[in-house]
Amino acid sequence: MADETQQRSVELHVPVLTRVEGEGALHLRIRDGQIEQLQLAIFEPPRLFEKFLEGRSYEEVPDLVARICGICPVAYQMSAVDALESLFGIDPGPWVQDMRRVLYCGEWIESHSLHIHLLAAPDFFGYDNVMAMAKDHPDEVRRGMHLQGLGNALIRLLGARSVHPVGVRVGGFHHAPDEREVDNLLRQLRDALPQAEAMVRWTAAIDLPERTQSFPSVACQSDDYPLVGGRIVSDRGLSIDKSAFEQQFAEHQEPHSTALYSLLDGQPYLVGPMARLNLHRDRLPAAVTHLMDSLPIDWPSANPFHGMVARAIEIYYALHEAIRLLGAYRRPAQPFVPVTPKAGTGFGCSEAPRGLLWHRYDVDAQGLITAARIVPPTSQNQARIEADLRESLTDFGLDQPDDALRQHCEQVIRNYDPCISCATHFLRLTTERL
Amino acid sequence: MTESAAKPRVAVHKFSSCDGCQLAFLNLGETLLQIAELVDIVHFAEAGPLDPEAAVDIAFVEGSISTPDEVERIQRVRANSRFLVSIGACATAGGIQSLRNLAEDNQWLGQVYARPDYIATLDKVTPIAGQVKVDLELWGCPVNSRQIVSAIRALLFGVVPVTEQDKVCLECKRQQRVCVLVAQGTPCMGPVTRTGCGALCPSFGRDCYGCYGPAENPNTQALARRFEGLGLAPDAIARRFHAITSGAPAFHEAGLQQSDLKRQEKDHGG
Ligand code: SF4
Ligand code: SF4
Repeated sequence: MADETQQRSVELHVPVLTRVEGEGALHLRIRDGQIEQLQLAIFEPPRLFEKFLEGRSYEEVPDLVARICGICPVAYQMSAVDALESLFGIDPGPWVQDMRRVLYCGEWIESHSLHIHLLAAPDFFGYDNVMAMAKDHPDEVRRGMHLQGLGNALIRLLGARSVHPVGVRVGGFHHAPDEREVDNLLRQLRDALPQAEAMVRWTAAIDLPERTQSFPSVACQSDDYPLVGGRIVSDRGLSIDKSAFEQQFAEHQEPHSTALYSLLDGQPYLVGPMARLNLHRDRLPAAVTHLMDSLPIDWPSANPFHGMVARAIEIYYALHEAIRLLGAYRRPAQPFVPVTPKAGTGFGCSEAPRGLLWHRYDVDAQGLITAARIVPPTSQNQARIEADLRESLTDFGLDQPDDALRQHCEQVIRNYDPCISCATHFLRLTTERL
Repeated sequence: MTESAAKPRVAVHKFSSCDGCQLAFLNLGETLLQIAELVDIVHFAEAGPLDPEAAVDIAFVEGSISTPDEVERIQRVRANSRFLVSIGACATAGGIQSLRNLAEDNQWLGQVYARPDYIATLDKVTPIAGQVKVDLELWGCPVNSRQIVSAIRALLFGVVPVTEQDKVCLECKRQQRVCVLVAQGTPCMGPVTRTGCGALCPSFGRDCYGCYGPAENPNTQALARRFEGLGLAPDAIARRFHAITSGAPAFHEAGLQQSDLKRQEKDHGG
């Protein structure tokens, strides 16, 4: 290992990065106190979804693409219906659009709560996992699990189950819940508002590392805080139709990873809760911005460690939004509009819990898919995570012991809540010091 | 409560999958904390505990086997586990990714990745039981928390859990649902699909799409004829069987028969 005379060489090997959705590996080579190589490797066996979709009917797409990710199946369903309905020239109407927001709010609440409490927070309180943390912080953990449960309940209301829900179809929903069910859940959501507020304050009070980094934030843009569809914008002046995505964002492959890297004009960029808050604070209701104003964080933020607080704020927002929309709930005569397929290419986008999720489908006159392309948020954040790690590790101190370095890397990576299942997967950390 | 040394040791392993079945644990809330009191969760990477090589009493395995590395890993999991439970359609039937086994050639990787040589995969995706002995299979895409908790409970009492074999139709009738096959003529897979989901799709007024895999003795031919009567073309019928659980033998064959029919039609039809 070490050639102590000229260089110091240490190798650190950590088999699997824990507490990310899916698994990945990180390779770090430090030479003479400088980072020589840093690679976030995602090598989940590719599941080749784009190919399965070829030859399937448009009607099957929502059920099939859900299986890309168990943590954000709704996101895949929403980008898919957005793409197909755009192509077919269908407007499913306000009831469907509202209920899609409600369903999506459920997924944000579920996914963000899972991330904050089970995956990220144990880091900041010095525990290996939530089971250990729950022994000393039972109330915070229970509160988080309760919120996660409410997110799941929202998905069940419109989807029958929270993982791979079965309610979504092109044109709308298979089923509309009755008013009594909605009222029951509405009551629970209202009761949870103070808990969600306390949870936001709790995350904002955690002592987070100070970082200032420069990166473009990218998200969808619609009249409301973005969920389904709209234009794609950045805080550096980009504003494009979703059909122009492929002209601006280029994906490429690197030998160390099965996830493709996406770059904007050749540069890393950020998608996800922080990018959304950085871009769209002005689209939040007053209740949410008041809470944000009372926190010791200024938005837009350039500190990736604020990602966890951004998630907490979005939980609070999603609760408010679901309450607003369900408060006006009326059961429609029919929860979908009829669909006639059309040949052509459809583009769709939506805001998955982890950020922009872009889909493209080529469809023939029978409504069969002839080609598909899916760009998930984690492959978009992959280059940004590597850029962040380079800066963060230098700030943290490359001379720190291996264990501390590894822990810090994991913490930095978890800020992005990478869903490696989506981007395909495995974190192994190897450090070479030369 | 018994002390830690006497607690059963449990591991949760992930192979090629979407992580959705692990959520059957992570969505348990309070119950997860209770389970963590009753058993020692020694390996569950997504939840934190990491010790993939630990010897355990019960190993839950999510995902299918699709790389050479996974073949080796599942052998070690088997060697280290007293009782191995495969959870979900990926683990029990290969899952949606085994659709790739049906592709005529192996060009798919090259069509998604510019450099397929960077990626090591097996020619065929297999379920866990295609590689090692499995003691219990819990079907579903995803499995639900009820299936997981009742399996753990039974195993803690030292009995082998009973699994569902009945058809979704039975559950649907128990709930007195309107039959979507009869009333709306939608191609419901309920007559051949294993129950366990609670007949969720028919309860939402739509057709079951078979994510719990084939029930015991499914009459797939009769159902295919029924679908034909509804006006479905052979390839549309094939797609019903070749979806989430295309790797399960009964659905695999039923789908292939339809694809053959389609081929014959093409040959004769000119
Ligand atoms: S069976 Fe379904 S839910 Fe479970 S891991 Fe596989 S794709 Fe995900
Ligand atoms: S709706 Fe489907 S599952 Fe229910 S009885 Fe009819 S065929 Fe069977």
